[in-house]
Amino acid sequence: MKITTELIAHISQLSRLFLPEGEQAAMAAQLERIVDYMDVLSRLDTGDIEPMSHVFPVRNVLRADEEQPSCDREALLANAPARDEESFLTPKSVE
Amino acid sequence: MELRQLTALELGAAIRRGEVSVAEAAQAALTAIEAEDGALNSFITVEGERALERAAQLQKGVKKAQSPLYGVPMALKDNICTRGVKTTCASKILGDFRPPYDATVVERLSAAGALGLGKLNLDEFAMGSTSETSWYGSTRNPWDPERAPGGSSGGAAAAVAAGLSWYAVGSDTGGSIRQPAAHCGVTGIKPTYGTVSRYGLIAYASSLDQMGPVCRDAADCAAVLDVLQGRDRRDATSLDGDYGHLLESLSGDVRGLRVGLPVDCFGDGLDGQVRQAVLAAADVLKSRGAQLVELSLPVLEYGVPAYYIIAAAEASSNLARFDGVKYGWRAQGYGDLAELYLKTRTQGFGLEVKRRILLGSFVLSAGYYEAYYRKALQVKAVLKGAFDEAFARCDLLLTPVAPATAPRLGESLGDPLEMYLGDVYTVPANLAGLPGLSMPCGFDRQGLPIGAQLIGPHFGEGRLLNAAYAFQQETNYHRQTPKGGQRT
Repeated sequence: MKITTELIAHISQLSRLFLPEGEQAAMAAQLERIVDYMDVLSRLDTGDIEPMSHVFPVRNVLRADEEQPSCDREALLANAPARDEESFLTPKSVE
Repeated sequence: MELRQLTALELGAAIRRGEVSVAEAAQAALTAIEAEDGALNSFITVEGERALERAAQLQKGVKKAQSPLYGVPMALKDNICTRGVKTTCASKILGDFRPPYDATVVERLSAAGALGLGKLNLDEFAMGSTSETSWYGSTRNPWDPERAPGGSSGGAAAAVAAGLSWYAVGSDTGGSIRQPAAHCGVTGIKPTYGTVSRYGLIAYASSLDQMGPVCRDAADCAAVLDVLQGRDRRDATSLDGDYGHLLESLSGDVRGLRVGLPVDCFGDGLDGQVRQAVLAAADVLKSRGAQLVELSLPVLEYGVPAYYIIAAAEASSNLARFDGVKYGWRAQGYGDLAELYLKTRTQGFGLEVKRRILLGSFVLSAGYYEAYYRKALQVKAVLKGAFDEAFARCDLLLTPVAPATAPRLGESLGDPLEMYLGDVYTVPANLAGLPGLSMPCGFDRQGLPIGAQLIGPHFGEGRLLNAAYAFQQETNYHRQTPKGGQRT
């Protein structure tokens, strides 16, 4: 299938990535080649086979409802690029 | 005693007997890393001081040691979280990230008396087959510095092959333990999905990721896997099992073992010398009483496209968390929150990672989901069914690990699709959740190692390790070291 630079712009936006116009065409060509190759899958008749997410039967995993300490706040905040005493800092995101 | 020539189990035994101190072992490794890793670049972080402190502490407990690996220095692929120790995934975007917790495997290794030397190089976020996409530069292959060590656990395989670490723990999403093990002439195993907790492994494709050992031989792999495997409440996909008996189960007896040779894995696209070496490995097993069974698994052809669709889809979701807010690196010069995300991710991720995120967003996006993502999950079901049928006819499968020996540096980067196709023999085991082992089985005319792969049914690790153990009793490929050396 044809991967256009418009499609690249769309999925870049979905991925929160910016590709300058010069890189969009190269990426489009690479992805087109990869996606064309992936189209070999259409040769395999999968009819009404149930898609398989997990190879082992998935079941709900529950633990006893007991209080446990969560990670220490200071330890978590220590890695933040910007922080104050008790939170991660970002630009304002709601008006 | 030349400590670097010993296997992990031999060193562990010498430490227990008091012939070698833990500090002597650690110092031998640190000296070797200092002298040789500048050229090899297998480590991203070396924790020398911490290792020597730990050695002193461990020495006090030698007499009470339970594990055969007690006191043996090792290293971890740098996508495994270590409390307080920089963990990078070989990406700029993680910056100076120091996890506030240890991965479950790290806790288990510590409890067994392992001594960590540091963190090993890899392809950025484990996405690559050569270790060249690392933000910290390529690792080189100890057998030929102009060649790649394979990937993504290239640092792990190179460090063990070069004698800088007695063993390493890597991760394998589509062959990332087995393929570098093959290219560097060491033994590695990706266990059954769910048998090693993924808690603390920085996720690439969660339904496929699994950690496992990279070692000098099969017996070492069994000993390390005995430490790593176990149910963990912090990984909801973790499975109950009867773990911890792999090492003691090794007998070398393969009489009556049915070894399946899928004809589809020996056809077009496979280097002639690799084919010859892998088929010769089958004959070695036969000479010890195994039966060879030829079979056909045509569905393997669909493994690579199904794998790259599923892995990219999961990666695009998993890597959404890297946004410059909670940890890692943040770009400068942003106006609002959206721009902070955009600039951080655009400048923080490398090209291959971006390519896979974009591919993943594409196969999951409206209009393409059915044709690609859903289809790939159906193919996964077909593949799983085909393996189930195959394991009714044989006990394990023997295939090449990779179509050719280690590529020259730079050779694979220009053509991503070609690189993906190189994973043809390894990705099926990940899709079906099966254990897969890579063992050295020869050398090509340029002296580069060749690997053979064994694939088993779910929970078939013991069978794979025993077959590899039998093979290694009969051969000495695993004892060869780079630069013409040989371990005794």
